[in-house]
Amino acid sequence: MVVAESKPIEEILAMVADFDKILLTGCKGCVTVCNAGGQKEVGILASALKIARKKEGREIEIEEITLERQCDPEYIDQLEEPIANDKYEAVVSMACSVGPQYIAKRYEDMLVFPALNTTFIGGSLEHGVWAEFCQACGSCGIHNFGTLCPIARCAKSLLNGPCGGSAGGKCEISPEIDCVWHLIYERMSRLGQVDKMANVVMFKDWTTSRDGGPRKIVREDLKQ
Amino acid sequence: MKAGSHLEKMFAAGHFAVTGEMGPPRGADAGHIHEKAKYLKGMVESVNVTDNQTAVVRMASMAVCRLLLDMGIEPNLQMVCRDRNRLAIQADLLGAAALGIKNVLCLSGDHQKFGDHPQAKNVFDIDSMQLIATCKKLRDEGKLINDHECEGVPQYFIGAAVNPFADPFDFRVTRLAKKIEAGVDFLQTQCIYNMEKFRTYMQQAYDQGLTEKCYIMAGITPLKSVGMARYMQKFVPGLEVTEDFIERLKGVDKKKQGDEGIKMAIEQIQEVKEIKGVAGVHVMAIEWEERVEEIVTGAGLLPRPEIS
Ligand code: SF4
Repeated sequence: MVVAESKPIEEILAMVADFDKILLTGCKGCVTVCNAGGQKEVGILASALKIARKKEGREIEIEEITLERQCDPEYIDQLEEPIANDKYEAVVSMACSVGPQYIAKRYEDMLVFPALNTTFIGGSLEHGVWAEFCQACGSCGIHNFGTLCPIARCAKSLLNGPCGGSAGGKCEISPEIDCVWHLIYERMSRLGQVDKMANVVMFKDWTTSRDGGPRKIVREDLKQ
Repeated sequence: MKAGSHLEKMFAAGHFAVTGEMGPPRGADAGHIHEKAKYLKGMVESVNVTDNQTAVVRMASMAVCRLLLDMGIEPNLQMVCRDRNRLAIQADLLGAAALGIKNVLCLSGDHQKFGDHPQAKNVFDIDSMQLIATCKKLRDEGKLINDHECEGVPQYFIGAAVNPFADPFDFRVTRLAKKIEAGVDFLQTQCIYNMEKFRTYMQQAYDQGLTEKCYIMAGITPLKSVGMARYMQKFVPGLEVTEDFIERLKGVDKKKQGDEGIKMAIEQIQEVKEIKGVAGVHVMAIEWEERVEEIVTGAGLLPRPEIS
């Protein structure tokens, strides 16, 4: 899933400093799963903003709404009614950054702000801990690396084994981060495939990645 | 001969080779380079010029290499994959050849996190293994990565680094073998402060016939003090410093620790010289260029053999 986290409250307060009525929209997709922008977090952020503004002596009115998903035009329609009534000066989205972009596209005259920092494609390691697993390079080859991704999980995206900074299973950039190449080596050993690691992996074609420009998938079989 | 560099000729003639290292200045002062480099002249076959080492911005390695050539010193152009994509890397490699640079050292590069611009975007379009392969392809096939033929084929003596002390240890010799397969001609090791491990590593390389396929230079960095040794032991990932090094430095007066470090470096050179498959030493006297002569002399490696 897409993993995101809340921006610091000060940053969000600064975004809405000029407004007295805002619409705060959550998303029931990925950001609900990673506890960053679901119904619950919408409620928490709304109260935090209200309390802070009250302290400043300038109360803010916040309507809360959590959409099924914000990355699908169909669900953005649910904002039709609140926005059409012209009650709100701005929308603050608690989806990944796709959400605010969809809302802005749909409501061309509306100011839209992101309340989250969209961080990575990943998963949870334990309650309250998430990590990056994929960089969406657009051409998955993890099966060649013990089903671990060196592009996303090696700090240097190396393709030919651990660099000289790998120590005790940890990455040179932090003792908190596993060296994925150490993990790849261990897994390949377990699978009896270490000999495969002796082959030189040549240049990666990055055209399928962001380097090829913003990407688009067109499925003719699904298009109407 | 691959490139006919002085370093390559020394190896080819069967001499135990010596290389040095210098870091370019954090500014545009060419005088600084002359100052440092003069201590290395005549002491070593060629000098590594680091490329934004430890991810700190410094004068371009290629420019400094050219300045060294002007001083009559052969340079080893270090090139990291952190700061350039394949377009820039190939452009620089072609430019380096045109400037008369013959030795190239292919490295991944330290992560920018610890450098002076941690906010930078890193590149890592290709890795060090692929950089070796790029040099080889340019030289042996006269082609760029995209198979486009070069007008004017560059000649390089291709180098890289290996670290016998990083983990997982069991993979380290395989990684060395991969570098050979990718096309490396010579290798310099990380500085050695665990002689036992280095011996084991070299024995494995020797047993697999790898020492026949490329020249391996043992990395030597003289320790200046107990503090420096402890710092390297604790904070440089992938560097091992065994306690005997520290104990020995501790055994002398603080003011004498530098001298003791030099002595130890000399002994290390004498030790590695006896290890099968070690073809030379790479002396990295960081900000201590003026002591290189003492080390090389002490190790009985001066004068450097004359070669045409
Ligand atoms: S230590 Fe491991 S994960 Fe970190 S940069 Fe080096 S190879 Fe990649």
